[in-house]
Amino acid sequence: MAATASISSPCALFSYQGFRGALISTRTFQTTESQRQCGRAVAAPISAKFDLKPPPYPLDALEPHMSQDTISYHWGKHHRGYVENLNMQIVGTDLDGMSLEDIIILSYNKGDILPAFNNAAQIWNHDFFWESMVPNGGGKPSGDLLELIERDFGSFERFSAKFRSAACTQFGSGWVWLAYKANRLNVGNAINPHPSDEDKKLVVVKSPNAVNPLVWDYLPLLTIDVWEHAYDLDFQSRRADYVSMFMEKLVSWETVSARLEMAKAQVAEREREEEKRKYEEDNESSSNETVEMYLDGETEDSEAE
Amino acid sequence: MAFRPLLTRKTLACAAGLGSNGGIATSFRGLQTFTLPDLPYDYGALQPAISGEIMQLHHQKHHQAYVTNYNKALEQLHDAISKGDAPAVVKLQSAIKFNGGGHVNHSIFWKNLAPIQEGGGEPPKGSLGWAIDNDFGSLDALVQKMNAEGAALQGSGWVWLSVDKELKKLVVETTSNQDPLVTKGPSLVPLIGIDVWEHAYYLQYKNVRPDYLKNIWKVINWKYASEVYEKECP
Repeated sequence: MAATASISSPCALFSYQGFRGALISTRTFQTTESQRQCGRAVAAPISAKFDLKPPPYPLDALEPHMSQDTISYHWGKHHRGYVENLNMQIVGTDLDGMSLEDIIILSYNKGDILPAFNNAAQIWNHDFFWESMVPNGGGKPSGDLLELIERDFGSFERFSAKFRSAACTQFGSGWVWLAYKANRLNVGNAINPHPSDEDKKLVVVKSPNAVNPLVWDYLPLLTIDVWEHAYDLDFQSRRADYVSMFMEKLVSWETVSARLEMAKAQVAEREREEEKRKYEEDNESSSNETVEMYLDGETEDSEAE
Repeated sequence: MAFRPLLTRKTLACAAGLGSNGGIATSFRGLQTFTLPDLPYDYGALQPAISGEIMQLHHQKHHQAYVTNYNKALEQLHDAISKGDAPAVVKLQSAIKFNGGGHVNHSIFWKNLAPIQEGGGEPPKGSLGWAIDNDFGSLDALVQKMNAEGAALQGSGWVWLSVDKELKKLVVETTSNQDPLVTKGPSLVPLIGIDVWEHAYYLQYKNVRPDYLKNIWKVINWKYASEVYEKECP
C-alpha cells in the first residue's frame, strides 16, 4: 500500500529534517523532481510547489461507508483548493521553498494565525486523514499500540468512547486526534520542565478549523475530519453516525501503529540530541574556566590555590 | 422532561408575538425552555435558491438539535446554580453558548427568508434603503461586501447586516460557529444573518459557497429587516 511504502522509500531520507522529518516522509512535501525519483503515480502537478497527493486507494474504495461522491468532492475540490491556494499564496514570499510542516508552524505564529496557515494546515490534515483510513478498516489495534491505549485510557472501549465523544463535541468545524505527547504540558506547547517516561502518553485532542497538534508539538497518530463537508452528503446532520462508521469500518490501525513507532523513535532521537547538547554545553563552560585560570596565572586565585 | 412534540404548534400560537425566541415553554420547575419555531413558509417555497431538502434538514434536524441541547444545558445549569456548583456552572458555558447561539441565530434566519411571491428578494425601501445607500454606497455594494466576507469566513459561522443602536449606523459583521451577533458588540442588532455553515448549502452547492451567497439574495426578506431597523431607528 502506498502508505507503508512511502515510509521506507528514498523520499523519506531525502526529506528528513530533524524532529519532524520522519513524520513528513509520508507528507506532501516533494518537488516534482523527487516525485520522479520515487516513481510514484500522483495527480498531475498543479504548480511547481505542492502537489495534491491522492488517497492511497481509489475514490470508490471506501464505499458504502464513505461514498465516492463525498471523496470526489472532499479530495477533488476542497483538498485540491487548499493546495492551489497555498501555492498561489507563497509564490515570491519567504515561505516559498519551505517544507509544508515548517510553513504550518511558522504561520501558526503561536496562535496569532497568519494567512498561509489555513491552507497549509488543511493540506497536511487531509493527507493525514486519507492515510488514516483503509478499505475494510476498523476493528481493533494490536501490539504496542493496543498496550499503550490500554495503559493510557483503561481499555480500547474507553478510548473509543472518548474519541467519539470528542468528535461529537467539537463545536463547529475541526478535527479530532489521537496523538502521542512527550515532554509537553497540556496547555499551549509549554515544555515540561521535569519530564519522565510517564509523561509520554497517548491523548485524544480536539482542534478547531485548520489547527492540528503539530502546533502543540504533539505527534499525531490518527485523525477524523469533522468539518461538515466530510459527512454532509452521506450522513447530513448525523455526525455521531459518521463517527461510528469511521471507527468501525475505516480506521487503518496498521497505519496508526506505524506512526506510533515513528513517533517513539523521534522522541528518543530528540532526547539523545538534547542530552548531547547539554553535555557539550557543560564541557564548553568548564574548558573556558581552564583557559581563564591559565591566563590569570599571576592573580590572587592562583596564589590561594 | 421534553413534552415538546404535541405542544409545539399550540405553544407557538401563544408565543406568536415573542419575536426571535420562537416558542417558549415553562417546565414545572419554572424554568423557561424553548421550542422549535415554525417556518412561515413551506420547505420548498424558497427554491431554486435554497432546495426544499436543505430547508427541511436545516430546520427539522439542525435547528431542532440546537433547541434540544440548549434545553438540556439549561436544565443542567438551573440545577448547578441552585446547588451552588460553580465548576459545573462554568463547565456548561460552552454548551450554552453553542446551542443557545444556534437557536437564536436560526430563529432570526428563518425570518430573514421569504418566498419570491411574498416579497423575497425585493430591495428595501424606506429608511433602511436610504441608510444602506448612505453607509455602503448602494445595495449592490452591500451585497458584494457581505458575499466577500461570507466567502472568506474560515470554517463555520455567520455574516450579518446589523444596526448599531447607539451609533445608528449599519455594520457588516461576521461571527464564528454559533456565536450570536451580540458577542461582537452589545449594541449590535441583527437585521439580516446569512448562515455560512456548510450544512446551510452543501447538499445543493457543494463546496461552492460563493454561488450560495449569490443566490440567497433572491429570497432575502427585506421587509422584516426594515421593520427591525425602523424600530431601532425611528
